[in-house]
Amino acid sequence: MEFLTTMGLEVHCELSTKTKIFCSCSTEFGGEPNTHVCEVCTGMPGSLPMLNEQVVEYAIRTGLATNCTITQYNKFDRKNYFYPDLPKAYQVSQLYMPICQNGHIDIEVNGVKKAIRIKEIHMEEDAGKLIHDPWDDCSLVDYNRCGVPLLEIVSEPDFESGDEVIAYLTKLKSILQYIDVSDCKMEQGSLRADVNLSVRPVGQTELGTRTEMKNINSFKAIARAIEGERKRQIEVITDGKKVVQETRRWDDNKGSSFAMRSKENAQDYRYFPEPDLVPIEISDEWIEKVKNGLPELPTAKKERYIAEYGLPEYDVDIITGSKYLVKIFEKATEICGEPKEVSNWIMGEVLRMASETSTEFEDIKFNPDSLGKLIVILKNKVINRNTAKEVFEKVFTDDIDPEKYIKENGLEMVTDNGAVEAIVKAVIEANPKAVAEFKGGSAKVKGFIIGQCMKQLKGKADPGTVNKIVAEELEKL
Amino acid sequence: MIIDDKMIDYIGELARLKLKQEEKENAKNEINKIIDYMDVLNTIDTSNIEAMSHAFPVKNVFRKDDVMPSKDRDDILLNAPNKKDGAFKVPKTFE
Repeated sequence: MEFLTTMGLEVHCELSTKTKIFCSCSTEFGGEPNTHVCEVCTGMPGSLPMLNEQVVEYAIRTGLATNCTITQYNKFDRKNYFYPDLPKAYQVSQLYMPICQNGHIDIEVNGVKKAIRIKEIHMEEDAGKLIHDPWDDCSLVDYNRCGVPLLEIVSEPDFESGDEVIAYLTKLKSILQYIDVSDCKMEQGSLRADVNLSVRPVGQTELGTRTEMKNINSFKAIARAIEGERKRQIEVITDGKKVVQETRRWDDNKGSSFAMRSKENAQDYRYFPEPDLVPIEISDEWIEKVKNGLPELPTAKKERYIAEYGLPEYDVDIITGSKYLVKIFEKATEICGEPKEVSNWIMGEVLRMASETSTEFEDIKFNPDSLGKLIVILKNKVINRNTAKEVFEKVFTDDIDPEKYIKENGLEMVTDNGAVEAIVKAVIEANPKAVAEFKGGSAKVKGFIIGQCMKQLKGKADPGTVNKIVAEELEKL
Repeated sequence: MIIDDKMIDYIGELARLKLKQEEKENAKNEINKIIDYMDVLNTIDTSNIEAMSHAFPVKNVFRKDDVMPSKDRDDILLNAPNKKDGAFKVPKTFE
């Protein structure tokens, strides 16, 4: 029997505001346990929440960037459940009137374009962190993360493959980074995805029973979780059993998922309107203002790069996929005015160095101006391409100034043709055997001579010039 | 809507309360009275009245995104029945 897979995603994204959603405590990651907390975020009786305006602004920004309609009159609701990571025993969220609705994100997988619909985006507060203490057989609660603002971005069940899920998440992540609402560091939990998945035999129109897998925090783990859960459900059905609707936890180390205990599964949240927070009314002017402040988004940027600079689509996809690569591209191009050359450097050396040093794009530290300067220096034939690559490695790892570094280390090319000629002559004289072979018709020898000359010149010569002079000198023999 | 024994057990479970039989009876009577009163309210025609969640017509109460010092950890932990290493200590939970 062949099966179809259908998936929907709930993505939680921590907003990069300075303070929490309902109090003025810092949102900074890390910190000693319970040092970024107050009466409000620890749910002390009698404390009152007050909404951070920036959270609303970021939510509007996200909604506009994902083609949503902004709900101009919206409010908060309480989602009730008991768990020690949530000191109030309810999470303030939005059920009835989420701030953004009916959007979509366009993705492309293997050349096929597809729109993934976004059902809604709502604002809510993050929960604290539980650390299990094996010595004491108890759990320790840290509320530093409690009250950090979250957006929950809920898609429609529009995904049919793991590749589509990854393409969507990649696009969503780059949009959220472009519009500066989140750093989306999956390893720090600022971007997390829950996957709803069901399978059904080909030919059946009605969707199968779905399961939900919670809090998977890397793209690779998501791909593995999807494949694992798809196989498990198909096995259950092929065995003549029924898939149970439940929440499962994906264990990436074991490569399998397991059902969470049924008590934790009891999903009766008894939502009701949050009486401690007043409604939010978003005016047309506010929306217009946010719209005007939006930067150029990945899709528009991609199209412009192709049209304006004539860059290959593949390269543009990689560069516009990360706002950090875009920054390098735009700054360096501004300096040297050579977009194609900059793009080649990014696709070649920047990606190579990032991969060799295991550096995430957001952690690349060098000043993008340096790449622009290096390209100008190369264009002016002050150094050759090999030297430029060596200098770039230093730019990448130590953020050095290329001009200064080249001067200090005497890397400029020997531009005095007389000097090059002298070395060529000396090399030819020192290698009579090679010269004899050349005369005997071996063309390979020319390469050997050039290599020897470059070695003598410590690589600091224009290969074209050396090539020409060697050819001339050999002709004379 | 009538609150029966089964519903009381369910609500008790959601609220993490262990109720004795006598307490269940009491709760059942009290909640049924509240529900009865809701039924009275439900007889009022509200078809032309907009739903509201607040008594006062206040909207857009915001705070600027400026960090203020947090509370002293020892103060925050003062009421904790159990604490360890600067954290609230609770019975073992599974995430």
